[in-house]
Amino acid sequence: MSYLVGDKMTGGYGRGADILHECTIAVEKGEIAVIVGPNGAGKSTAMKAIFGMLNLREGAVMLDGKDITTMSPQDKVKAGMGFVPQTSNVFTGMTVQENLEMGAYIRDDDFSGTMEQVFDLFPILKEKRKQPAGELSGGQRQQVAVGRALMTQPKVLMLDEPTAGVSPIVMDELFDRIIEVAKTGIAILMVEQNARQALNIADKGYVLVQGRNRFTDTGAALLANPEVRKSFLGG
Amino acid sequence: MTDILNALALMANYVFVPGLAYGSQLALGALGVTLIYSILRFSNFAHGDTMAFGAMLTILATWWLQSMGISAGPLPTALLALPIGIVGTVLFVLATDRIVFRYYRKVKAASIVTMMASVGVMFVMNGLVRVIIGPGEQRFADGERFIIKAREFKEMTGLAEGISIRTTQAITVIVALIVVALLFWFLQKSRTGKAMRAYADNEDLALLSGINPDKVVLVAWIIAATLATIAGTLYGLDKSFKPFTYFQLLLPIFAAAIVGGIGNPLGAVAGGFIIAFSEMGFTYAYKRFIGYLGPDGWVPEGLMQLLSTDYKFAVSFVILVLVLLVRPTGIFRGKVL
Repeated sequence: MSYLVGDKMTGGYGRGADILHECTIAVEKGEIAVIVGPNGAGKSTAMKAIFGMLNLREGAVMLDGKDITTMSPQDKVKAGMGFVPQTSNVFTGMTVQENLEMGAYIRDDDFSGTMEQVFDLFPILKEKRKQPAGELSGGQRQQVAVGRALMTQPKVLMLDEPTAGVSPIVMDELFDRIIEVAKTGIAILMVEQNARQALNIADKGYVLVQGRNRFTDTGAALLANPEVRKSFLGG
Repeated sequence: MTDILNALALMANYVFVPGLAYGSQLALGALGVTLIYSILRFSNFAHGDTMAFGAMLTILATWWLQSMGISAGPLPTALLALPIGIVGTVLFVLATDRIVFRYYRKVKAASIVTMMASVGVMFVMNGLVRVIIGPGEQRFADGERFIIKAREFKEMTGLAEGISIRTTQAITVIVALIVVALLFWFLQKSRTGKAMRAYADNEDLALLSGINPDKVVLVAWIIAATLATIAGTLYGLDKSFKPFTYFQLLLPIFAAAIVGGIGNPLGAVAGGFIIAFSEMGFTYAYKRFIGYLGPDGWVPEGLMQLLSTDYKFAVSFVILVLVLLVRPTGIFRGKVL
């Protein structure tokens, strides 16, 4: 059994139609799992379902063998899951350092060590720690967003399109950082538009189409699969 | 040279000193409005009458203290009664939140709906205050009346114009300074204060970070009620207490909050002084001021007053409309209404 599993998830937003159909996503500790697929495939929805932001009609979410399907997002954060939303993922009016402090809000112990680790991972943030996060560039904001989520010392980090709207160079750098985070033993689950680059660093890839699992394999195998290449990676 | 000094003394006496006191009162009021707006996301029309309610409780406590023979010496007894007024107002405001506003939060009502509910709360509070203390005017300032009397100032400096500073004006400015400093320290440095700013900044992300919305709302009401009581009492001490004037104060207070940039505490303070000095500046009769600065022996025939004091609220209104037209975010980039 994987460390985090969304098993045969079926459901949608509110009372609307189902978006996910028996969709299964799993990730191991220290691994990177990537969800890719065309627009409207339910990539972000699958991630939100795992995080408890929509009600599942069927299926279950298990963390470390425990059923957490009905847990609220807030409680999931306390249980060791970090979530970085795609948009509005920083406190724009607050400084970088305050953003990180807010990330550690649920911690009662001394979190200065964790903050140093985040600064080691993203040196630019240490430099700009007194600046409001809203004044940073897109890539730097994403670093703040990831850093904020890391402040709770999560066991699982979920990223919703972390490279949306950043330049290719910044994207490569962000991916490098994400690999570093995974090496510390954190399970990483992310949704990506840049499928080829994302599968490159992925231990496991999930190709979703219309809310269903279409292909599931290692990142390298998916990249080598001619059918996946033809349909989803542009040849 | 003495003419220029006389002109300056005249301005200080009639515009600067009273403007500073009035500005401090508006700033405290606008801070409460801006705080509720950024945390609870609606314009609280009941804030003016919360000030009246707080001032009323403080007056009742003042009378009680006076009847026990307790006084603060040269300072107004109301300062001693203030904590009692604050506690009472906080409890009352929390009760209104429980009875009225909590429901609208639960159903996630549009901000305009909650705002209209606050108009209802305003009328109820207004009525309560009139029933309890009466609609008439109450004077409750005691202790030393002046720090510097105009006559003393004239004797000291030998100028023809005097500056008088009333105790209540000085107390208003000093108390406002302390309160604003404490509030800014709280918002910038304390854990709860930062959580409130985070909640105001990005509610969803604040929830994801484990910030408890109920606690943030509770603290916001406590601070707003405290600010309202202090502002209401200071205004009552400085002028006099009359329930209806607090309802009228709502306009300059909202103008101050919006001009400064609603949701921005710094803007509320700046907006308070901008509105106060504009009102004072536009309604002051400059006849003698110009007389001192003009040629010897010449005095303008008219009052040289831009607007009659009856129209002072028009000044806030015009500034409000101009800001909304030209720069809807306000001076310090608050939220757009």
